[in-house]
Amino acid sequence: MTLLTVDDLTVGYRGPNGLTPVVHQVSFEVEPGQVLALVGESGSGKTTTGHAVLGLLPANGQVIGGRIRFRDQELTELSAKGRRDLRGRAVSLIPQDPGVSLDPVRPVGAQVEDVLLLHTDLDRAARRERVHELFEQVGFTDVERRYRQYPHELSGGMRQRVLIAAAIAADPELIIADEPTSGLDATVQKQVLDLIDELRARSGTAVVLVTHDLGVAADRSDLIGVMQGGRLVEAGPTARVIGTPEHPYTRKLVESVPSRIDRRPAGRPSGDTVIEVRDLTKVFGRHTAVDHTSFEVRRGETFSIVGESGSGKSTTARILTGLTRATSGRVTVLGADVTALSRRGFRPLRRDVQIVHQNPYSSFDPRFDVFDVVEEPLRAFAPARWPWKRRAAHEDRVLAALEAAALPADFAERHPRELSGGQRQRVAIARALVLEPTVVVLDEPISALDVSVAAQILALLRRLQEDRGLTYVFISHDLAVVRAISDRVAVMSNGRIVEQGPVQDVFSNPQHEYTVQLLDAIAGRDLLVGAR
Amino acid sequence: MRRYLIRRLGQALLVLWAAYSLSFALLSALPGDAISNRIASPDSGLTAESGAVLLRYYGLDQPLWEQYLRGIARAARGDLGLSLHTAQPVQDLLADTLPSTLALTGLALMVGILLAAVIALAVNYLPSARLRGLFAGAPSLFASVPTFVVGILALQYLSFTAGLIPSVDDGSLTALLAPAVTLGLVIAAPLAQVFGASIRTTRSQPFVHVLHAKGAGEGYIFRKDVFRNSSLPVLTLLGLAFGELIAGSVVTESVFARDGVGNLVVGAVNTQDLPVVQGVVLLSTTTYVLVNLAVDVACPFIDPRVLVGVTS
Amino acid sequence: MTLIAEAEAETRTAPPRRSRRPLGDAGVYLAALVVAVALLWAVAPNLFTSADPLAVQPALRFRPPSADHWFGTDQLGRDLYTRVVYGARASLTGAGVAVALAVLVGAILGTVAGWFGGVTDSVIGRAIDVVLSIPGFLFAITIVVLLGFGVLQAAVAVGLTSSATFARLIRSEVLKARSSNYVEAAITSGASTFAILRRHVLPNSFTATLALITVQFGIAIIWIASLSFLGLGAQPPQPEWGLLVSDGRNYIASRGWLTLWPGLTVVAVVLATNHLSHHLGRRRTP
Repeated sequence: MTLLTVDDLTVGYRGPNGLTPVVHQVSFEVEPGQVLALVGESGSGKTTTGHAVLGLLPANGQVIGGRIRFRDQELTELSAKGRRDLRGRAVSLIPQDPGVSLDPVRPVGAQVEDVLLLHTDLDRAARRERVHELFEQVGFTDVERRYRQYPHELSGGMRQRVLIAAAIAADPELIIADEPTSGLDATVQKQVLDLIDELRARSGTAVVLVTHDLGVAADRSDLIGVMQGGRLVEAGPTARVIGTPEHPYTRKLVESVPSRIDRRPAGRPSGDTVIEVRDLTKVFGRHTAVDHTSFEVRRGETFSIVGESGSGKSTTARILTGLTRATSGRVTVLGADVTALSRRGFRPLRRDVQIVHQNPYSSFDPRFDVFDVVEEPLRAFAPARWPWKRRAAHEDRVLAALEAAALPADFAERHPRELSGGQRQRVAIARALVLEPTVVVLDEPISALDVSVAAQILALLRRLQEDRGLTYVFISHDLAVVRAISDRVAVMSNGRIVEQGPVQDVFSNPQHEYTVQLLDAIAGRDLLVGAR
Repeated sequence: MRRYLIRRLGQALLVLWAAYSLSFALLSALPGDAISNRIASPDSGLTAESGAVLLRYYGLDQPLWEQYLRGIARAARGDLGLSLHTAQPVQDLLADTLPSTLALTGLALMVGILLAAVIALAVNYLPSARLRGLFAGAPSLFASVPTFVVGILALQYLSFTAGLIPSVDDGSLTALLAPAVTLGLVIAAPLAQVFGASIRTTRSQPFVHVLHAKGAGEGYIFRKDVFRNSSLPVLTLLGLAFGELIAGSVVTESVFARDGVGNLVVGAVNTQDLPVVQGVVLLSTTTYVLVNLAVDVACPFIDPRVLVGVTS
Repeated sequence: MTLIAEAEAETRTAPPRRSRRPLGDAGVYLAALVVAVALLWAVAPNLFTSADPLAVQPALRFRPPSADHWFGTDQLGRDLYTRVVYGARASLTGAGVAVALAVLVGAILGTVAGWFGGVTDSVIGRAIDVVLSIPGFLFAITIVVLLGFGVLQAAVAVGLTSSATFARLIRSEVLKARSSNYVEAAITSGASTFAILRRHVLPNSFTATLALITVQFGIAIIWIASLSFLGLGAQPPQPEWGLLVSDGRNYIASRGWLTLWPGLTVVAVVLATNHLSHHLGRRRTP
């Protein structure tokens, strides 16, 4: 008997102009024990679909039409109480972002116990016993101590294990996993997904896996449903959808996956050394963020620093751009020793060294329009002028920079608020280019973007490098992206560079155990690369 | 935990010392020698020997820094000086008036908290949007009505027109009720606003959504997640509300003609009786600091993150 | 993308409308009208009444409100409406002086503390904490002892007291802007410290300050009126709202209008300023 049948589901949100549908006539079925991956980019309606099954739409959300049938119950016709009874017991949720999904002021054990308290008659001791058992199942040792700990005492991966324990506490038949690994490092992501797989295999629970990552879907699901603009554009067995995608959007998604983007030709010529780092160390209080690292970057190449959160890669980027001063070691940028430079002393160098941040929107003054944002570096290096003269004097260069970032000229008058994530990142790139620098430090420039947009930005960055001979220092946690854009790569872990070299060497013949682990954790690696 | 406590205690002492110094500096900035002026003035009502006592006590022949040091040493022992009006010890005057003020502020605090809780819950949980909007307007209304207007109007209509409550303090609970409600309104406004807003924020947190997904109802969620998470900002505000209460009691006591600390200080200002003013300021600052210390001690029990300093 | 964000993103794509609550807007207009009338009272009271606020007419003692005397007359036969109109000057200029002083002192201390940080910040920060931990109204009373009685003195006392609130807000706004990504981006763009302060930090702190100014204006009206009510502010025969209520309190048993109308005037003006400030605050958060 089919476990979950979603039939013609239409969901809308009430806004200022009435009810706007965001999920249109979506239909799918999940059999017991199956994993269905709902894949799509932000705004595709995949999360809303997942939550509609749980009956947990935001206050302004509403199922407009269609049916959701779980076993023999029509969920859309169930009373509020009936749905509460089902939630957590028969259908449970593994939420995204474990950092904020646990109550910060209650011990984690009690939060798993909630499910037992709500859905079983177990007494206090039996509940406690069961929580300990669940903690063992999700791989905790010392379960009694874990029970009493608070969320802030646990790492992100451990918090997600707690949430998984709560999701399986009442032996549900269906788990909705909503981006269960977003915000986690690649190696932790792999552990968490392995755990879900293992628990599922043991209990025969079905899973609806909501994810933006086609790689994760390819690795972990039996069926894939691809969503775009609120519609399910393609659905079918995973191998078929990935191998021979039928819908153009699915094809585009498959092609945008970083591991499928063409690698650049090996051995591109590179010039003299523009950045030289020797024995760089940065200490914050008792914590050593960067620990005796050395590397050099040559003119015209892309040098990538890859590592997980807390590896010290961003601190290194901040030191290169003069935002933080090194504790010891020597950093030379374009022949100038910047190690001991104050902020004022670094200023002349900023003509040549620019940075693009991960989150462009927060790096724009909320009062500025696009023109002001892109013009700012010009103002910093131009003599003071009257405002009306200044704007005209800078207009050509600002528009040229926007054009270089593939933005139409009329964007200058817009406010960043009105732009999409990809367009904002293009504005940030235009700002970095307007002074025609030599070196651009790119700090996770595409990790906040949807895959297809990220692929476009990546292509833009490559083209700019070829046209202008730019030197990139590319900071990323994503090995697949790094592989696509870099000439040389350094792998960082706990403040140290554990391995560095030409990108093809590091990827095909990793020397360090940590590099091997990182490579293993790339989701969708086998299927996608093998499919070519 | 111990280091946290010691740090908070140190801060509290620092604030008290600074408050004393500040009031000392302010009062010694008065033109001329306030105390001799006072004694010499014909309408001070002081006898010759009281004047002599005062002069000896305040040691005006000593240099300023010695007066300051002595004052601090005395204040630390609970000796707040002598009234320039009656030559009575200030701490005795305070002791006489404090019980009445404590009864007033205590009851007002309860009224305020109760009112705030009702408004905050109504704003968040009432089924009709119209009703919720009605309650949402209440705090800003309370904040806009001066205490003396509420008090006078209450006295006018409840006491003189309707005859429901006595117009003077006869020590009964009904006589206390009107001033306590008047004063309670003052603190109900900010408390209701903060409590209401923090319930709303907490309810939109992902972890509350997760608890919904576990199958919990609103009641369960309020008990387990919402109440504790949203009470922290309220608790912090309670310290501030206490300051408001003390200040508000000055006006309230004047309106309802109650013999409390507030009336004492108004009288003292009118007669330029500086030590009494200073005494009241020190007393209320001490209360305020102690309440805040208690709040700080209570916080880690509600939110364990306070101790590691990771609260957002 | 979270569920909430998805919901918001969807509703955001709809073209924004000015307001869904015409009544809310009507409230704002009404509040603006009340504040405007009060300001006009203060600037040009003779446009609103031809009577003399100080003219004693024993024959007209204790007249209840009527067509001739809208708010009635007091124990000396003075027209209460005229006194309320003229009282606006004392109350509003008092509040204006208080807020201006508070903003000036607060902005200097707050900007210096927030921008320079370090020891400067700790010293100023501690000082702000101390002032804020003395109940504000008592602090104002203490300053009144020092300065003597009068509307202006009361205004200075209230202004000095609330300058700590402004200093704290501006300090935190400056700190917030200083540690923001856009200031960091301005640094990497090569902007000088002065340019960053002028172009980014100060303008971005301004909106929050404006909202506090309107709130504090209402509070200042209340405090100055309260001080006058206690006999520590305006002195008779000057018309001032708090003092008018205080004058009337001896007759509340039988002549309720003497306290009612001045009292309601204060409430209306403060309610209106608070409503405007609420509106400003809401506009600020997109």
